[in-house]
Amino acid sequence: MTRLSVEGAVCRHGLLTAVRGVSFALEAGEVLCVIGANGAGKTTLMRALAGAHPLAAGRIVLDGEDVTGLGTHARLRRGIAMSPEGRRLFPDMTVRENLMIAAENGRAGDWTLDRVLAAFDQLEPLLDRPAEKLSGGQRQAAAIGRALLANPDVLLLDEVSLGLSPAAVEGVYRALGEIKETRAMTMIVVEQDLTCALNFADRILCVTEGAVALEGRPDDFTRAEISNAYFGIHEKESADA
Amino acid sequence: MLDGTAQALIQGVLLGGYYAIIAAGLSLMVGVVRFINLAHGDMAVLGALVTITLTQVLGMPVLLSILLMLPLMGLLGWVMHAVLFERAMKGGLLLPILVTIGLGAALQNAMFGIWGSDTRSLGADIGSLAWEGWFLPGGIILGKLPVIVFCVAVLVIGGLHLMLRRTKLGRAIRATASDREAAEMCGVDAARAHRAAAAIAVALAALAGVFLAMRAQVTPYSGPAQLIFAFEAVVIGGLGSLGGTLIGGIVLGVSQSLGGLISAQASLLTGHLVFVAVLIWRLGRDWSADHGGWHAGLVAQLARRVGRRESGAEQ
Amino acid sequence: MTRHAIAGIPRVDRQLIAALLALFLGLAALPFFGSALIVDKLTLLTVYVTLAVMWNLLAGFAGLVSVGHQAFIGLGGYFALRLVESGVSPFPALLVGGALVLLAAWPLSWLVLRLRAAEFAVAMWVLAEAIRSMVMFDPLIQGETGRSLVALNAIDPDLRRNTLYLMGLATAGAAMALSYALLRGRLGAEARAIRDDAEAAASLGVSTMRVKRIIFLISALGCAIAGTIWLGSAITYQPRTAFGINWSVFMLFMVLVGGLGSYLGPLLGALLLFALQEIFGDFGAWYLAGVGVVAILFALYAPRGIMGLIADRTGREPLSMQARLTRQGEA
Repeated sequence: MTRLSVEGAVCRHGLLTAVRGVSFALEAGEVLCVIGANGAGKTTLMRALAGAHPLAAGRIVLDGEDVTGLGTHARLRRGIAMSPEGRRLFPDMTVRENLMIAAENGRAGDWTLDRVLAAFDQLEPLLDRPAEKLSGGQRQAAAIGRALLANPDVLLLDEVSLGLSPAAVEGVYRALGEIKETRAMTMIVVEQDLTCALNFADRILCVTEGAVALEGRPDDFTRAEISNAYFGIHEKESADA
Repeated sequence: MLDGTAQALIQGVLLGGYYAIIAAGLSLMVGVVRFINLAHGDMAVLGALVTITLTQVLGMPVLLSILLMLPLMGLLGWVMHAVLFERAMKGGLLLPILVTIGLGAALQNAMFGIWGSDTRSLGADIGSLAWEGWFLPGGIILGKLPVIVFCVAVLVIGGLHLMLRRTKLGRAIRATASDREAAEMCGVDAARAHRAAAAIAVALAALAGVFLAMRAQVTPYSGPAQLIFAFEAVVIGGLGSLGGTLIGGIVLGVSQSLGGLISAQASLLTGHLVFVAVLIWRLGRDWSADHGGWHAGLVAQLARRVGRRESGAEQ
Repeated sequence: MTRHAIAGIPRVDRQLIAALLALFLGLAALPFFGSALIVDKLTLLTVYVTLAVMWNLLAGFAGLVSVGHQAFIGLGGYFALRLVESGVSPFPALLVGGALVLLAAWPLSWLVLRLRAAEFAVAMWVLAEAIRSMVMFDPLIQGETGRSLVALNAIDPDLRRNTLYLMGLATAGAAMALSYALLRGRLGAEARAIRDDAEAAASLGVSTMRVKRIIFLISALGCAIAGTIWLGSAITYQPRTAFGINWSVFMLFMVLVGGLGSYLGPLLGALLLFALQEIFGDFGAWYLAGVGVVAILFALYAPRGIMGLIADRTGREPLSMQARLTRQGEA
């Protein structure tokens, strides 16, 4: 069953076109990693999926319903939640309050505060600390926990490992791996670290200059093919030829 | 003389309660919606006039009139925010000022058209409350009404604080104030949170207006003065801080009350001057923080002046 | 490569300027044949034009929305009154009284220009109230009661009326000429740069403070002189009226409806307010409420005012202050 499909999405920042006609479809429980160089349009694509950036063309369909015209909070209630770039915790609110906001404004479901604390055990002692006092890894855990508490069908995670220590990256992916195992949630993950992305993804989507350069299962491609697509080398060579 | 000062001090503190109520709504809007409604004072007057009409024309008990009026005014605040303010806020920094000052002019004159120019008061409708008081040692009189207003102010500020900390709506309002987009990503309807804040702000202004009408008179043109007092209290207390608003209200009330010992005119002027002094102090503090302290800042400024003159001489 | 240059003044605009000059000269000759009533009314119009041009300079070009410029209108009137009471001849007193306002505006500018948009607006209002309280302390003003410019009553009514009218016309003309010169020159370019992107302007060495201060002081001066001329024709000085918020509402209405940030907008807005006042003024409060409603509607639905609507229709704004860059190869 198709959970989410994106059809010909185009996004603009003023005169600049950041996303040029991206299309893909995801089954329920599937994990997609979006890779690509800085400025390739990954974050804009994620924001567009969450409803934080308007589509200039194309549409987004969730479980057969066109959600293109819905605002961010309305999409969250339909089941699309996001942990945005920069985590965007509310700095002067406590971790508990940050989590509660998603829990009480999102959907009801299996993900409760207790379950989030079980998945990210480092959060338990931090609950009453203001979010601005957390370390990078703790912030990421809180941001993912916050998105999970909205009980989404589609979880969007932007820049999962950016700015985290190797140990923190491992911790986050361990927790995400457990969620993936349940196959209850479709995930779209933006990941700079190719190794992490290839290990975690069911499918990868490589974006270059706003367009899809490569799409498929990680084993379908050689490492060289992927890194060529990543840096946009493949396209240039074929254009020269 | 000393008794007079003590009396003035106490009256000033109690008057501060009134200012805190009218400033609380303004402070909430400045703090969480980042919006200054220049018609805030006119909302207070409208609330007062509606209450007076319900009481004096329809013959309702005062308390019932107030309880009926508050939700009506809250609803008005909600609708105004949805229809006018949201659109104005999308148009940049200047439009909200233009729209709300226009709204103030429209409201004042429409109220004049409806209610006429007579000064009106609720003083006659609250019986002995208007003049009764407690006598303290030293000849100090504690008016019942000012004490009630002050208690309501503490309740209002405390209640707002608890609402923002402990309720779902409060957390949604705070999250929206902190990062609107991130709040939306948590499922918060930011526009709704803003409208709710506007409803609370207008209802609080109206409540303050009722108290104003109980202790004094109101006319359709009393609003701008109330906005100015509210703004002064908010600035003195620190922009956007609720606890500060109570303190700001008290400082303003005490300044006016002490100034009143000199003359009735001096009362308003003292309040304005305290406001200006706080503004100068705050801007000075920011300036000194930006320039690495007073001393270093002044030296740097001086050096720049001299440098400019020298380079001018070379040309 | 095509070369870019600032284009000269287009023909339409030159014709407009010529028409404005002709209008100005025609109006200057009015006292010789116009009736007393018309001269009186047109004096008010010149006051409106000056106020609108000044407020537009402030809000439209420096991005400073003040709802407290009645401070300068009231203070100018007060200074003029004081000068007349101390024996200065009335007409010079009106001008000098207006100019003295700079003594207050200059120190105030250090304070208020450091505030952000909405805080600046309200702080100006509070300061206007503070200055009003101070003026009311003067025993001459007697609090709310006010005082009349008795010395003006002693002057022959025709002479008084015509002199005030010509002063008003000259002030309005000077306001328009001065703002034209300023906006066409370096200051205008700097002000636009600040309005569009303050940080970029600062990095190019534009002193935001300096530009804002100059414009603030000019607007204070202009409003004050307009205020003293109005006082001259009203004779009675009452703090509540002279420092009334209605002045700000009117200025805002004229500029907003005419076209915020356009050159001809304020003139158009002043004419419109004047006409509305003539037609609907008898409705008193309801007329003023209508002024507020129209201001809201323009702010929300046509924030660039009538000039903006004209510009959208014709493709360009008459007498626009935007320096036009043209490619010399094509032009």
